[in-house]
Amino acid sequence: MLTVEDLVTTYGAVRALGGVTLTVEDGTVMAVLGANGAGKTTLLRTINGLVRARSGRVTWAGRDLTRTRVDDVVRLGIAHVPEGRGVITELDVEDNLRLGALWRRDRRELQTSMEEMFTLFPPLAARRGQSADTLSGGERQMLAIARALMSRPQLLLLDEPSLGLAPRITAQIMATLRRLRDEAGLTVVLVEQNARGALSVADTAVVLNLGQVVASGAASDLAGDEKLRHAYLGF
Amino acid sequence: MRGLLRSNLVRHTLLALVGIGLLWLLISALPGYRSSNQIAPIAYTVCAAAGLSVLVGQSGQISLGHGAFMAVGAYTMALLQEHWVTGHSNLQLVGLLAASVVVSALFGAVVGVAAARLRGPYLAGVTLALALGLPTLASYDRLSGTLGGSSGLTVLPPVSPAGIDDSRWQAFICCVAAVIVLWFLANISRSRVGRSFRAVRDDEIAASLAGLSVARVQVLAFVLSAGCAGLGGALLAMLSLTAGPLAFQLSLSFALLAAVVFGGLGSLAGAVYGSILIVLLPQWSQDLASALSIGSAKISNNIPLMVYGVVLALAMLAAPNGLHGLLRQLARAATGRRPVRKLTSRPMEGT
Amino acid sequence: MFQFLNLTLNGVSTGMIYAAVALALVMIWRATRIVNFAQGGMLMFTTFIAWELTEQHNVNYWVALAVAIAAGLVIGAVAERFLVRPVENGPPLNAVIVTLGLLIFLQALAGMIWGNGQAYSYSPGFSIIGYRAGSRTLLFSPNDLYIVIAVTAVVLFLYVLFQRTSLGLQMRAAAFSPEVARMLGVRVGRLLTAGWALAAALGALAGVLAAGTQPGYVTPSGPFDSLLVFGFTAAVIGGLDSPVGAVVGGLLLGILLSYAGSYISNNIPTMYAFLILLAVLMVRPNGLFSRTTARRV
Repeated sequence: MLTVEDLVTTYGAVRALGGVTLTVEDGTVMAVLGANGAGKTTLLRTINGLVRARSGRVTWAGRDLTRTRVDDVVRLGIAHVPEGRGVITELDVEDNLRLGALWRRDRRELQTSMEEMFTLFPPLAARRGQSADTLSGGERQMLAIARALMSRPQLLLLDEPSLGLAPRITAQIMATLRRLRDEAGLTVVLVEQNARGALSVADTAVVLNLGQVVASGAASDLAGDEKLRHAYLGF
Repeated sequence: MRGLLRSNLVRHTLLALVGIGLLWLLISALPGYRSSNQIAPIAYTVCAAAGLSVLVGQSGQISLGHGAFMAVGAYTMALLQEHWVTGHSNLQLVGLLAASVVVSALFGAVVGVAAARLRGPYLAGVTLALALGLPTLASYDRLSGTLGGSSGLTVLPPVSPAGIDDSRWQAFICCVAAVIVLWFLANISRSRVGRSFRAVRDDEIAASLAGLSVARVQVLAFVLSAGCAGLGGALLAMLSLTAGPLAFQLSLSFALLAAVVFGGLGSLAGAVYGSILIVLLPQWSQDLASALSIGSAKISNNIPLMVYGVVLALAMLAAPNGLHGLLRQLARAATGRRPVRKLTSRPMEGT
Repeated sequence: MFQFLNLTLNGVSTGMIYAAVALALVMIWRATRIVNFAQGGMLMFTTFIAWELTEQHNVNYWVALAVAIAAGLVIGAVAERFLVRPVENGPPLNAVIVTLGLLIFLQALAGMIWGNGQAYSYSPGFSIIGYRAGSRTLLFSPNDLYIVIAVTAVVLFLYVLFQRTSLGLQMRAAAFSPEVARMLGVRVGRLLTAGWALAAALGALAGVLAAGTQPGYVTPSGPFDSLLVFGFTAAVIGGLDSPVGAVVGGLLLGILLSYAGSYISNNIPTMYAFLILLAVLMVRPNGLFSRTTARRV
């Protein structure tokens, strides 16, 4: 279970997160929604340790994560797919995938996992030996997600995975997330601007505005709340 | 009167004249050996260091090979003297020095054109290769005759006026040259040319969008600094009575860079402090070693070099604006004014 | 014709040494985007250590070489961690000045310990008498063969390390995208230090190999400065980003210098290097094998 208590993050004088509290149960997908600049990305980066919180707490699986360094976080079973994808273009597709699995104990399963990823994302299979800089935007997104999945995470943090992707591919990715949640008990925190799509796959949701939580609850409830949707979610 | 003083040119000229007067007094007051062993070397080093300081600090281009430009100046002087000029009057000396400046400036243009295409470490590497490669030409079979091989060419000093001894007169010549170089560079710094240097250093793209030809500005910086270094080299030859490869080893270029970093990149006052350091330090190390009864010449000979290394390595970490910057900070702290943003700091790349 | 072939052979072994230095420079450039001008000083110092052991204390050549390489690991690691780390992300000029400072410091230190006047000789590992081809002697001796084999072996080792091991993958990731790498759990700082250590160790090997090729090589300044310039030229020819380019550049440079030394003059090798460097950079400011890919954080 991931809990965030009263999290405050500042960039200099700017308060990006002004006391955010939320809870994500194991094996559920939580959508984090809101307009640009609402603090969604900052929330993920703070959980992940890329950015240090001013105050507040983050716990995962009973363990306090707040002061953990970013290069330790992945060893705790948390994988982050950042906005802008973070694919290393100087390496080829397979090397990028291997980077996801650096800390897995079951090294012999690596090849199997890679094949699973190629089955999941066929476009990647076609380019498996090529340099990552030959990949299109959508393919890079798939690569970044696949890389994250290679680490067999328990918690997956996704920052705007649908950005720049064709709707068909986005749907594919969302379907995959649903499957992993159902079959492997994966917990997902999904940051999205495409609120409609996110709410259709999420179990719970949280809406941020100017660094504060303005609404939270079951995804279906929020999807049904017209006033909320018009005010913050644009549909 | 006020209005006149406001003009940079007038102010600089007055300062220069006063400076020359003071230096003459200094030279007359101190014993003769100080003129030849300390004042003169400091003065000609200032010529080269000031040019290098402007090049690195203001136009943002590194040169590890300024010793090479000094060598060009020195050899020009020696060659002209040997083949063209007869006699050694002071007027002829002025001509020889001017010629040395022109030739090294031209050489600087050639290097500068190459340099304009290079950035950062590539430029550093090329100038390093130049510093190592150029002196070897003296041993080049086809040129060693003209260039005097490894022992170099002889240079004749000018005749000093009646009543003044040679060492004082030569020191005075060097001082006048140094003051002229400083005056010239100070005016350049305050002029549009100087501003264009700094604009190109800080942001090439912005500068070219503002209409500056980046390459031309960079070449000009090289031309000016090479000319100044050439003058320094010619004076060095005049004083040591030779122009030879041994005087222009890599350690000279290193010492110049250390002088400029120590004094503060881009600062002319800093170039003076730095020159004082690199001329006097070797002498002090000898004295220090004997005082501490360190018999070993190995150690005392290498103290200056070690200091330069430490200065270079640590200056960037501790005092990026050198001695000049530190003094300015102290002055501002003393008068209670808030510190001004550093001239030589550059924006972080990638932000 | 024989002369030509002979000179080519001669150039190959010196070229391999330049390739090793070039590769060390390229490794550091790829990891930290810095040209390590102190490389010349580091390999000079480690060679001096080996020289001291083998010439003054009768230590076996191979043990001395191993010590030099170990010393290289230490010097490289310490330099990166304490001297270079603070300037790694600043303006390039600062890093140039800091590495120069280290170079000068090492020269001064070596001068203090071993003196500047004497140019010492280093006994090579193998015979330097050229192989016989019929009635003629080649400009290629057992020692040259050893040089070629040693550098080739090390290059292959590094290739396997970087391309086929997890550690190597981490090092490449840390070099190309430190922030992403950190997010994947890579200890970026430690790996950058390791990269410098490896590069310095490679340099140490190159230094000892070079010292055996000529009498009077071992002195704080002079031949080792030239070696740095040759290594840099070779690295630039190949493109600072390309390890393959470093090796090719080294061989090319060695062979070119061999021809020039014989057909033009033997006294101005660094001048040739300067001219070659200039020529290459005029045509391709980023080196012959360069790709212009921008660095991403």
